[in-house]
Amino acid sequence: MGKNLSIASYLAVKEVWRNRGRFLLVSLVIALITLLVLFIAALGEGLGNGNREYISKLDAEVIVFQAKSDYLIAASRLGRDRLAAVRRVEGVADAGMLGTASANLILPEDGETLKVAILGVEPGRVGEPQVVEGQQLSTDLAEEAIIDSNTAIRSGLGLGDTLTLRVTQGTQDEFFSLEIVGITDGQQYSLQPSVFVPFFTWDRIRPKSEAEVNSSNPIANVILVKLEDPAQLEVVSQRLTAQVNNVEAATLKTTIQSLPGYSAQQSTLQTQGGFTLFIGILVIGGFFQIQILQKVAQIGVLKAIGTANPIVAMSSIIQIVVITIIGVAIGGLLTFLFSLTFPPTVPIVFNGTTTAIAIAALLLIGPLGGLVSIRYAVRIEPLKALGLSS
Amino acid sequence: MGDTMTTYALETQSVIKTYTSESGTINAVDDVSLQVAAGEFVALVGPSGSGKTTMLSILAALLQPSSGKILLDGDDLAGMSDLERVDMRREKIGFTFQANNLVPYLTAVENVELMLRLNNKLDKAGKLRARELLARLGLGERLHNLPGQMSGGQQQRVAIARALIHNPSLVLADEPTASLDTERAYQVVETFAGLIHEQKRAGIMVTHDLRMCEFVDRVLLMRDGKLVQIYAERDEIMELARGGRH
Repeated sequence: MGKNLSIASYLAVKEVWRNRGRFLLVSLVIALITLLVLFIAALGEGLGNGNREYISKLDAEVIVFQAKSDYLIAASRLGRDRLAAVRRVEGVADAGMLGTASANLILPEDGETLKVAILGVEPGRVGEPQVVEGQQLSTDLAEEAIIDSNTAIRSGLGLGDTLTLRVTQGTQDEFFSLEIVGITDGQQYSLQPSVFVPFFTWDRIRPKSEAEVNSSNPIANVILVKLEDPAQLEVVSQRLTAQVNNVEAATLKTTIQSLPGYSAQQSTLQTQGGFTLFIGILVIGGFFQIQILQKVAQIGVLKAIGTANPIVAMSSIIQIVVITIIGVAIGGLLTFLFSLTFPPTVPIVFNGTTTAIAIAALLLIGPLGGLVSIRYAVRIEPLKALGLSS
Repeated sequence: MGDTMTTYALETQSVIKTYTSESGTINAVDDVSLQVAAGEFVALVGPSGSGKTTMLSILAALLQPSSGKILLDGDDLAGMSDLERVDMRREKIGFTFQANNLVPYLTAVENVELMLRLNNKLDKAGKLRARELLARLGLGERLHNLPGQMSGGQQQRVAIARALIHNPSLVLADEPTASLDTERAYQVVETFAGLIHEQKRAGIMVTHDLRMCEFVDRVLLMRDGKLVQIYAERDEIMELARGGRH
């Protein structure tokens, strides 16, 4: 085995080195496929992350929705009476209102606007993100805001600055100023950078219809629930549905899957990535098959002089693996260099796990594509290859 | 006579190779028995379709006969498994072919050393021997040339070196001069014959070109799969060689 591997490696490396131009070309094709697959994976991750970032980072296990809202946050409406009922359910450690809306943040530099998600959360309750700089929100009515790092980067605003939001209420454009007391990490929601405000402040400054303008009854979208024992998720969810009037409960995962367009977007990008890998397999497989067809006589000679089949097969496998690794490495480097040139508005996120899975899949396309050619090489008959058969 | 005492490097006994097709059964090789001693260079000649290439393939352990024995150093190739025949080809048989002889991405010396590498015999002495053999064949300046950088004659000489470097018992050459001009062809076969005699190998050359028989010790003529005539006398071999192509 060791001797066979040594000879196979020798033949494989010599052939690659002496035909390095041709093999480099194939590596570059693999590099381009790598670039495409990694970008699709990063784009999928970026878009998905932009949609779910705040939800996925929540320190909650269950989200309570208005019944029959199909777990759509924007479609759900819950009043404070439900919050009290939720907090009374056995197994609930904490619960907080969450209100979501969009607004235009006026950029201090040029007066242009940046579309942001304004999220109303209860200070000190589940749903309020932890700041990485500054302090948490103080009271339910404070005219304060915590901005996420995306808002900070894209608006240029910082701790202690005053941000101005333009919101349409009824038929009027209203402007609200809030002091930035804290900055949290990336907490995008609905592909928008986020601004967190105390819940009652949120209810005052959120976009409203004409009918809502004079309403004094604050309505949240959902209630975020933290459990005493996360293992009791199923049981407590059932209790919530049974004991609180007109609600339905969902896990964070279900909520994320129900985000408008999220599943369709992710499955589309995954399909694209899958097809790119499939095309890669066909391209690489085609190349190695053509190469083997060109080498029939040469393999015939090798076999005729006593080269065993395992050596021929191992040599082909080593070549394929080496070429694939070089291609994926070049592709990875190109992806990294390209990613440096993208502005922060492009939703590209290189998540370690997703990238690792994509790279593992890419490393497999060479051997998978080359399987047919290896089988062909092993089956070459030296007699036929050398034209000795009758 | 001494003949009964001779131990042959290669001996075949009633070798038959039968092919069956829609048109019937054909004996491509029909009851061929021959012997080749160590240090003897034999030409296998005959018209197209006479069975000489099939016979060479059987002797080369590339093709199993339908019946009969092929004894190489006393071991019967016909009774061996595929893997055992691969081992025999690597250890006991040396080859040169008509064309595409060499591995194109290995230099001349690497092509020769490959046989030693395959046989796990590539040591310092082996490397030195490969260089010396190539130098003897007039390729001392071409050691590190790739096949594509050498002429057809030079490539054939590298193939000869590769066929001999691992000290095989049997050396086979299939139309070694097919792609060479007359002058190169004479040079290659003369060198080949000289080395076979000197190194005491059993050599068999299949050729259409009867002029090349000038350098062999015996000529075996095949027709319709049968071994029909053996030319062993120098005079008759030379007369055959003067006759030109078959």
